[in-house]
Amino acid sequence: MAQISCKELSIGYESHIVAEKLNFEINAGDYFAVVGENGAGKSTLIKTLLGLIKPLSGEIVFGEGLRKNEIGYLPQQTVVQRDFPASVFEVVISGCLSSMGSRPFYGEREKKSAKENIEKMGLVGLEKRSYRELSGGQQQRVLLARALCATRKLILLDEPTSGLDPKVTAELYDLIEKLNKGGTTVIMISHDIGAALEYANKILHIGAEIFFGDTSDYLISEIGRKFTGNGGDENE
Amino acid sequence: MSELLDKFQLYFQFPFVRYALVVGVLIALCSSLLGVTLVLKRFSFIGDGLSHVAFGAMAVAAVVGLTNDMLLVMPVTIICAVLLLKTGQNAKIKGDASVAMISVGALAIGYLLMNLFPTSSNISADVCATLFGSTSILTLTQFEVWLSVALSAVVVIIFILFYNRIFAVTFDENFANSTGIKANAYNLLIAAVIAVVIVLAMNLVGSLLISALIIFPALSAMCVFKNFKAVTICSVCISIFCATAGILFSIIVSTPVGPTIVVADIAMFAVFRVIGAINSKRNKI
Repeated sequence: MAQISCKELSIGYESHIVAEKLNFEINAGDYFAVVGENGAGKSTLIKTLLGLIKPLSGEIVFGEGLRKNEIGYLPQQTVVQRDFPASVFEVVISGCLSSMGSRPFYGEREKKSAKENIEKMGLVGLEKRSYRELSGGQQQRVLLARALCATRKLILLDEPTSGLDPKVTAELYDLIEKLNKGGTTVIMISHDIGAALEYANKILHIGAEIFFGDTSDYLISEIGRKFTGNGGDENE
Repeated sequence: MSELLDKFQLYFQFPFVRYALVVGVLIALCSSLLGVTLVLKRFSFIGDGLSHVAFGAMAVAAVVGLTNDMLLVMPVTIICAVLLLKTGQNAKIKGDASVAMISVGALAIGYLLMNLFPTSSNISADVCATLFGSTSILTLTQFEVWLSVALSAVVVIIFILFYNRIFAVTFDENFANSTGIKANAYNLLIAAVIAVVIVLAMNLVGSLLISALIIFPALSAMCVFKNFKAVTICSVCISIFCATAGILFSIIVSTPVGPTIVVADIAMFAVFRVIGAINSKRNKI
């Protein structure tokens, strides 16, 4: 039984289908990368997985005790956040809200979980700093810590490294890999095909043609060779 | 100094002065609570639009001859708040344009109705009172005072109970949605509370100046403080201080209450701006 399995899934908005006939499974511990051209439906797929929009047809089945609100989401940054006065601790602990039911205030358990995840992401000492004063890489780590407060099982990363410099990008990928090795399933949407091939064990390519399978198979498939532009020999 | 105190003592013997101060402080409290969220969500102008809607509704209530206009003004304003937020999400007409449309539309219709069906001989004074709240804060009835107290209590309780979720929805709607917080429901809650605050605040500063009460304290606080809780608490303090100072000042010097409070808010904003600038310079060195 997979954590998430999609059968004959069609996604899109009321008026038009963005991608259809998607069949894939995400198992516990996978590093699952979604690649494809702009407009191929990567963002729509995320929204559908998160339950923000309904699938047009087909079904998404959550298994292995994964509930719908147990996906830790790392969204792309919004304009609002750039000048938002919030401390790192406030942002991170807000990830705990999903497990609180109708309780209005944070308790000891939430505070502990926030502290742990701040530590895990190497943000100790920055708790009281303002989110808007942090560097891009630090901000991403804060949001990652928040996602981890929401769940340990599965995190969904939407272009996690866009706008970061190469050094910080590498650090962030390392951090994500560590999480994955620790047992957290990772779903990553990325333009960075090199990183997707390097880190992921499963690839979903969406677009005019659809591919789903192991990374090694993707590299020798026709669609993979076209997209990575390397004849299928090696990465890059 | 003692002369001044005597003057206050004299004035505070009148119940209407005490009412004005109590209601003024409560309104300042409520309006500043949500100001931070509105400014951050880029909704600053919704307050302005809604206050014009409230003006239009008030004109209709006067024409129809309702003795208690709150009964009409409150629901109409809440409905408009909800509509504005709804259209903001999947808009054919973009959010700011629909706010502008509704706000000037309501203003025009309100003034037109007041002229077509005059209820008193001095229309321009009536209009002026509704727009700038010149005297209404001093003519509150006991019922209106209690209503204000009750509504403010509701606003404060809602805000405290939902504080953490309001933060989550303001900071990141998509993430909030993904963790099962119904962001849209909270947006509607926020809209409804704003509508209530605006109808209350019309008594104090009139419908043209309400946005000042909502946004200035929040913006001032954001210049200096860097986390959400501190900004919220600080903006409440600023707002209450300015409202009290404004009301007292206007009693002594007999200036119009609403604009005096707003000027106090503007002065406070200037002060906080300077403090913020000094702070950030110091941090850089």
